[in-house]
Amino acid sequence: MTEIWRMIGQRLLLGMLTLFIISVVIFGATELLPGDLARELLGQSATEETLAALREQLGLNDPAPVRYWNWLTGVLQGDFGVSMATQKPISELVGTRLGNTLFLALYAAALSVPLSLLLGVLAALWRNSVFDRASNALALTAISFPEFFVAYILILWLAQTGLFPSMVRITGATTTGDLLYSAFLPALTLTLVVTAHMMRMTRAAIINLLASPYIEMARLKGMSPMRVVLHHAVPNALAPIINVVALNLAYLITGVVVVEVVFVYPGLGQLMIDAVTNRDIPVVQAIALIFASAYVLLNLLADVLSTVTNPRLMHRT
Amino acid sequence: MAVLVSLIVGLGLFFIIGFAARAGLRAAAPARHRPMFRDMPLTASFGLAVILVYVVVAILAPVIAPFGEGEVLGDQYLPWAAPHYLGTDKLGRDMLTRLIFGARNTVGIAFATTALAFVAGSVLGIWAALAGGWLDQGLSRLVDALMAIPALIFSLLLLTIFGTSVLTLILVIAAVDATRVYRLARSVAQGIVVMDYIEAARLRGEGNWHLIRREILPNAMAPLVAEFGLRFCFVFLSISALSFLGLGIKPPTADWGSMVRENATLITFGDITPLLPAGAIALLTVAVNFVVDWQLQRASGLKE
Repeated sequence: MTEIWRMIGQRLLLGMLTLFIISVVIFGATELLPGDLARELLGQSATEETLAALREQLGLNDPAPVRYWNWLTGVLQGDFGVSMATQKPISELVGTRLGNTLFLALYAAALSVPLSLLLGVLAALWRNSVFDRASNALALTAISFPEFFVAYILILWLAQTGLFPSMVRITGATTTGDLLYSAFLPALTLTLVVTAHMMRMTRAAIINLLASPYIEMARLKGMSPMRVVLHHAVPNALAPIINVVALNLAYLITGVVVVEVVFVYPGLGQLMIDAVTNRDIPVVQAIALIFASAYVLLNLLADVLSTVTNPRLMHRT
Repeated sequence: MAVLVSLIVGLGLFFIIGFAARAGLRAAAPARHRPMFRDMPLTASFGLAVILVYVVVAILAPVIAPFGEGEVLGDQYLPWAAPHYLGTDKLGRDMLTRLIFGARNTVGIAFATTALAFVAGSVLGIWAALAGGWLDQGLSRLVDALMAIPALIFSLLLLTIFGTSVLTLILVIAAVDATRVYRLARSVAQGIVVMDYIEAARLRGEGNWHLIRREILPNAMAPLVAEFGLRFCFVFLSISALSFLGLGIKPPTADWGSMVRENATLITFGDITPLLPAGAIALLTVAVNFVVDWQLQRASGLKE
């Protein structure tokens, strides 16, 4: 047991290091710009006073390491600074939207994970059948679709008939039931986009195992194919499957950006796009840091979980 | 009902195009390549045919298109009728014309970006594998750090800092994707640099550049070509997504991503016109994926 805790501790430290480097990259990216950030943002016609005011606001007069330190200590206390476009504290802008985005991602995950595992296991069970070939071709097709194409097809098909709303409005009075109903189309879009990949990887992981001697042994004992797959193949395929699931959940985080814009969903992605359009750098940095942290944490979780389910990985170097 | 009919028509077209392309390719190919085309799956021949059509349309765009790219011809949102076979957009420009020019702009920009990402990523990757030592360590750790940030988020961050124009778009996406190419090129090259013929070439006194060009690249070609196809799909999709978000290719230029965004309101009236450019994007990525899938299966000898 102690070994597991030591492994988890190691991975956590590594994750912290990654997060630190990411924060340096996200902050340092602004330094790449040749010349003055204030002039770049305000354009050539800006007067000296407005330039000086903006420099003061962004703290551009301090050297970069000092600014980074101030930014990082602020972020660690939940203070991301002030938005340049609206002059509001960023933590206030981000707060409720982060919850909305997490809700959408979790909703999509709750739909897509069971669906793709089921489809993957079935495709592996009946491999080279019509079902397998059709689902494979469909999956390859779905992977290649841009998210907004899937989203608009769903709108045309399901929102036009009045079954589901094509825009999501969230007010204080919205109950969870309403939210589940009105966020169904965005969640379904994300589901369709990630299910294909997860299904293909689940199938590949299980088929890979079906060639092992212990599976042949089980088969020779006269076990039914269903039982062989469920009791002998799936438990051993858990590690790669967990990895794929986590990777795709991480993918959901970025996929959410486009989908939120299509469905006018009040989440972080939409806020980020607005901020990019206005070149509101502090907001973009804050949201990029949040998305990147979620991405790193999910990868970390996958790493730990797959090691726990497959003790052989414990002794890798 | 409409869904079912379009599904059946689509499947029918798929089979017809697939079979025709396979027969055509087999007849046109020189004798020694013929076996390759004989057992190519239907999906792959369909993909090749689609890619061919896109390339022809992109090259001949000004000849095929009935009107000028930015010409305003009449009322906005005209229905599908001659002379505007696919109607007009929100400024009264011909939809068909813009779709045809979009093939040139969107695909052209995506191709240029992929090529740039590819040259930078693979040269640096092979060089790192060849040189080893601190250069390899430094570059690889840098790439690891950059890859820990999701690609779309990182591109958005860079676009905020450098501003949005076609040139920055190409450079930003190329830089982000070059990190992925670097990873692959380095790991492929690492398997090659330990070979005896590299040792022999080194003892002959060949320089690094010669080693990369004449010894390593030819042997790393198969995985790199497959990666090029996949990378093109990713780049194409991210450029379209950014254009759709209003951060990529700018309006007067006909581009599929921004065409979807500009005309999206039509969808709420049940008009499928805005889906055409989105479908054009989807069809090309599907086609490239089908061909890459086939090539990968051939290269690995996987028949399952």
